[in-house]
Amino acid sequence: MSARRIFARPARLAAIAPYLWMVLFFLVPFGFVLKISLSQTAIAQPPYTPVFDFTEGRAALAAAFAQLSFDNFRLLISDNLYILSYLRSLVVAVTSTLILLLIGYPIAYGMARLPQRWQGVAMMLVIVPFWTSFLIRIYAWINILQHDGLLNQILLALHIVSAPVVWLSTDSAMYLGIVYSYLPFMILPLYATLSKLDASLLEAAGDLGASPLQAFWLVTFPLSLPGVGAGALLCFIPVVGEFVIPDLLAGSNSLMIGQTLWLEFFTNKDWPVASAAAVALLLLLVPPLVLYDRLQRRQLAANR
Amino acid sequence: MPLLRIEGVAKSFGNFRAVDKLSLDIRAGEFFALLGPSGCGKTTLLRMLAGFETPDEGRILLGGSDIAQVLPHERPVNMMFQNYALFPHLSVRDNIAFGLKRAGMARKDIAIRVAEMVALVKLEGMEKRKPDQLSGGQRQRVALARSLARRPQVLLLDEPLAALDKKLRESTQGELMELQRRLGMTFIIVTHDQEEAMTMAGRIGVMDAGRLVQVATPRNLYEAPASRWIAEFVGDINLFNGEVAARDHGRLTVKTTEAGTLAVSELWPPVTKQVVSVAIRPEKVKLSRRAPATDAGASQAINRLEGVVIDVNYLGGVTSYRVKLETGAVVRSSMANTARLDVDAYLAGQRVVAWFTADDCLVLEQ
Repeated sequence: MSARRIFARPARLAAIAPYLWMVLFFLVPFGFVLKISLSQTAIAQPPYTPVFDFTEGRAALAAAFAQLSFDNFRLLISDNLYILSYLRSLVVAVTSTLILLLIGYPIAYGMARLPQRWQGVAMMLVIVPFWTSFLIRIYAWINILQHDGLLNQILLALHIVSAPVVWLSTDSAMYLGIVYSYLPFMILPLYATLSKLDASLLEAAGDLGASPLQAFWLVTFPLSLPGVGAGALLCFIPVVGEFVIPDLLAGSNSLMIGQTLWLEFFTNKDWPVASAAAVALLLLLVPPLVLYDRLQRRQLAANR
Repeated sequence: MPLLRIEGVAKSFGNFRAVDKLSLDIRAGEFFALLGPSGCGKTTLLRMLAGFETPDEGRILLGGSDIAQVLPHERPVNMMFQNYALFPHLSVRDNIAFGLKRAGMARKDIAIRVAEMVALVKLEGMEKRKPDQLSGGQRQRVALARSLARRPQVLLLDEPLAALDKKLRESTQGELMELQRRLGMTFIIVTHDQEEAMTMAGRIGVMDAGRLVQVATPRNLYEAPASRWIAEFVGDINLFNGEVAARDHGRLTVKTTEAGTLAVSELWPPVTKQVVSVAIRPEKVKLSRRAPATDAGASQAINRLEGVVIDVNYLGGVTSYRVKLETGAVVRSSMANTARLDVDAYLAGQRVVAWFTADDCLVLEQ
């Protein structure tokens, strides 16, 4: 056996590994969800029908397959509840992403311009909140925002307000929670691109007559767009499906799709509709992902 | 009044004194080179001229007005960066037009000027390419065109050729000189490559430890270096330490420990110290099989050193020899290969006489 073959085999295995992972932990489960989304609710265990039974022969399997239908997807389109949930999810995700960008960009920019030895410290400060459980941090916010919470106490003590303000169970509280939780995901990719930016490019811009502000808009910002894209996507996609933050901090008058999904699944025990909603959500997220991938590719081609 | 006057400029970074009370005048239309080893402060000086660093003290007068505190984007000076610093997201055209747009030039005039610049650096047809679609040499030209587009009063070039290979570097040196002559612009180039400085510049300022140690034409720098350090930094040189034994009508007799007594013509200003070094460039040391004719009839004294060839390096145009003297000292000699056949070549182990005239020697104080 030649040396090449000995080395080629583990290399090929390594190349297959990520695909194997994707098949095992994404495609196969997605197949289950897709199948359930095409089934009907049943008061049974599992709570849907048909159930594919591979022991009953080919005819029974074909009959079960014939029972699958798109009814649940039709329901999603016909019932306002779902469409409104999707819309609200999109609005919340877009708004949150914009706020995150507005807050995260200056922070990342400032971090990238710190002296080298302080950059690590700043990075730690961004990451440190992750050491506490996400749920505990959200509960802490409830404590701060509730009627007799820290925020109202401070405002009252400073005589800024005369009566406690309702913070909790509002959209503001939800946005606060989302921005607080997702900020590191915006900062880190932005910081990664901004810190790689060649400082001599800004000097060149200045040398050619650009004021510092012009240099920022003409050089720094366009060159940081890959980081903006990555950060925006890292925030946008999970926020669309966010369940915990709106459930704990927002009011109950309008639901995000994650909450609707949860209700269908756990309260209504309607697995098929919940699955259909999940599949629809996934399809909804495909266009921005494809767009991002295309941008990324163009960037890579340009950087070659 | 020179175009650019640098007056007592100093700059420190922490405890490190990068530029130390340096003064220098540069005339309009001059091609000036700042030469020195890395860390000598030449780049810091250039960056102060561009405005990226602010001097701690001193003045920088451009056309009579002090620009030391003026921000880079408000100076009539442009710089070509060592790594070119081309904007990767902009095409060749937009890179060149960048400075013109900032100057508020009319769109039509920008198009004309860009076309002119593209033609100047021979990049026709490349206008739409991005920097990463260009070769190193082409990128260098874009950087040059971009820095020239605003017609700066002074163009600063920071190691402009360092990233190019030898052949390309040589042809680009010629083009830069041609361009500078044609545009009549003032060029200040920073380089650590003495050959590059000698080839291109009309005057060279040699820097060491934040100070200018000599400002001279390439020829004077090479043939009359102001110190032993400069003599060793610029080109190759043989050095023999000794003491002045006699002084007679511009002729010194120096007793050296390594090469015996040497006759040396004295330069102006005369040496004041007793302990000196006698310096002789290798190409001025000739080799022969027998000692050349005696001084009788010769207009100047000839120094002869007997020794054995220990090393022969054939370099094409020249051959360099190392000759070991009886004292153990080694003398380097390089001789032009003026004939194709090696009738004049010496072999390792051969006994030779290395000789040179008194006028070819330099006396340098320590």
